[in-house]
Amino acid sequence: MNTSRKLTMARAISEAIAQEIERDDRVFVMGEDVGIYGGIFSATAGLYEKFGPEQVMDTPISETGFIGAALGLAMEGMRPIVELMFVDFFGVCMDQIYNHIAKNIYFSGGNVRVPLVLMTATGGGYNDAGQHSQCLWGTFAHLPGLKVVIPSTPFDAKGLMISAIRDDNPVIYMFHKGLMGLGWMTLIKDTTGPVPEEPYTIPFGRADIKREGNDVTIISVSMGVYQSLEAAKELERAGISAEVIDLRTLVPLDRETIAESVKKTRRVLVVDEDYLSYGMTGEIAATVMELAFDYLDAPVKRLAVPDVPIPYSRPLEQFVLPSAPKIVEAVKELLYS
Amino acid sequence: MSADRQKVASVPSQRSKDQFLELYRQMVLIRRFEERAAEAYTQGKIGGFLHLAIGEEPANVGVMAALRSDDDVFTHYRSHGQALARGMDPKAVMAELFGRATGVSKGRGGSMHLASLEHHFWGGYAIVGGHIPMAVGMAVAHQYTGSDRVVVCIFGDGAVNTGAFHEALNMAGVWRLPIVFVVSNNLYGMGTAINRSSAVTEVYKRAAAYNMPGVRANGNDVLETEATVREAVEKARAGEGPSLVELMTYRFRGHSMADPELYRSKEEVEQWKARDPIAAFRRRLEEEGIATAAEFEAIDRRVAETVDEAVRFANESPEPDPATLFDHVYVNP
Repeated sequence: MNTSRKLTMARAISEAIAQEIERDDRVFVMGEDVGIYGGIFSATAGLYEKFGPEQVMDTPISETGFIGAALGLAMEGMRPIVELMFVDFFGVCMDQIYNHIAKNIYFSGGNVRVPLVLMTATGGGYNDAGQHSQCLWGTFAHLPGLKVVIPSTPFDAKGLMISAIRDDNPVIYMFHKGLMGLGWMTLIKDTTGPVPEEPYTIPFGRADIKREGNDVTIISVSMGVYQSLEAAKELERAGISAEVIDLRTLVPLDRETIAESVKKTRRVLVVDEDYLSYGMTGEIAATVMELAFDYLDAPVKRLAVPDVPIPYSRPLEQFVLPSAPKIVEAVKELLYS
Repeated sequence: MSADRQKVASVPSQRSKDQFLELYRQMVLIRRFEERAAEAYTQGKIGGFLHLAIGEEPANVGVMAALRSDDDVFTHYRSHGQALARGMDPKAVMAELFGRATGVSKGRGGSMHLASLEHHFWGGYAIVGGHIPMAVGMAVAHQYTGSDRVVVCIFGDGAVNTGAFHEALNMAGVWRLPIVFVVSNNLYGMGTAINRSSAVTEVYKRAAAYNMPGVRANGNDVLETEATVREAVEKARAGEGPSLVELMTYRFRGHSMADPELYRSKEEVEQWKARDPIAAFRRRLEEEGIATAAEFEAIDRRVAETVDEAVRFANESPEPDPATLFDHVYVNP
């Protein structure tokens, strides 16, 4: 694959959807302002112009209604991509997600297929307060019946989206607003990354070792991967070799790659922009205990959002979110204390 | 309403004797099936709560009689009767109630989650109002693909005060979808009377808020139900958009098997039972000389055998094997 071309994550996602619509006219996009507006975070930019209102459908502000409708479309053999504008809005439609979308295959004894992608925006760091800044992937990963996909690079974003669309199970696809490469809101230095032009898939349940190292394993998803890679550079200057694992999907979870890495490095830090308690960091820590306990030289360390709503105030928000300097500090504590 | 009534009154002459007897057979099948299910429940063979539709059989049967076999049905948790009227095998339905591996959903769903794709019966759903949006979505798919199939979504009067009802009917109205919403109004949402829960108790009038026609029919009259639903379905099939049909009915039994029925009087229930809609239908056909007592009795016997066989089948069917526990959480690759 030619990887000389660089795209933002937003472009990578919309290109993936466009290519899948061209390949299969059952692929269908719906959500609030996904059409004429192009999606608030540009994940569907250009699709309405290209494919028209029959296939790129603007909906009322009725998340229960249109996310439930996407399930009906999927059961009929369509392949809807339905956008929940901010994951924080899950509260008004969680019955559809938790009780209907995630359970209908089961209730039908395996007869119904639900090829549905629930695409949603996550993440904070731009002072949008507690109803627009959460990640919540732990909440969705907790539930049997959904697959949970979280890209951290434009390359992964395209391949994982194509895999999600072609999957016959419901997939929640969670992009981070700050990684989308939007001119009006960017939280990263490199807003673009290499993305091959042709369609490609990335299998679920296979973590990606974004950087190899020997002294410590840093495990994360989404913005946390980006920050961990920044931290790894800094740690390298201090003579510490950090391995960075991007889980890419929480369901299915690649426990094997986690265990193999820990057996090599013997130390683990889990970085998560979701809440600390009962979440991803706890699940990874338990996995390490179950699969690699004897190899550990130190207890698993966790860096996640403490159990408070995301505050609006800049200093308070920065205090609760993970960052590269906090990762560096946590790794040093893990190694030297 | 008056125009509809005239049309309904003329229906009997347009139907064959076999069709009348089939409607009767289906209603009796539902009645006997549910009576036996209630018995099995008290014996501990059926779990959960078990919601019976005894008394509502004409509303169940009339809706299904108005549909083509490839039209799509979404319904609520009081759905044994609808499943049977749709032609699902009583053995597999009873086995699902018993939680057996041979049940329609392989024992994964139980009484409230009956589904059969070959019957375009997409499921009973146990969250009040929760299935209405997905029915709308299937209608979006039909509109997109140019299919002439129609979706029928059935729910009770308790569902009309959920947000899902409002959101879904609004979308159907905006997009002029091929869907018919059928509210089976049995006057109580669990134990709360409709006048204690709804500001507007004539549910069909709410259709005005969604720019679609709303009609009310006697859901205890199978012919009136069929004619009313058929008209709405054919309108939807012709591209004339959605409708809301309100079927007035009454359940003879409690909300579930566990209901002490403190919210209504015994006299009220007895009054409705005295007007048993199955008996009334049979009387009407006898009086009009369409069928004889002997013919009805023959049907009753056949139904009793069918139900016996269903119970026997469910009893003798294996429980699901724990080795299959994780089957169907996801579609098998």
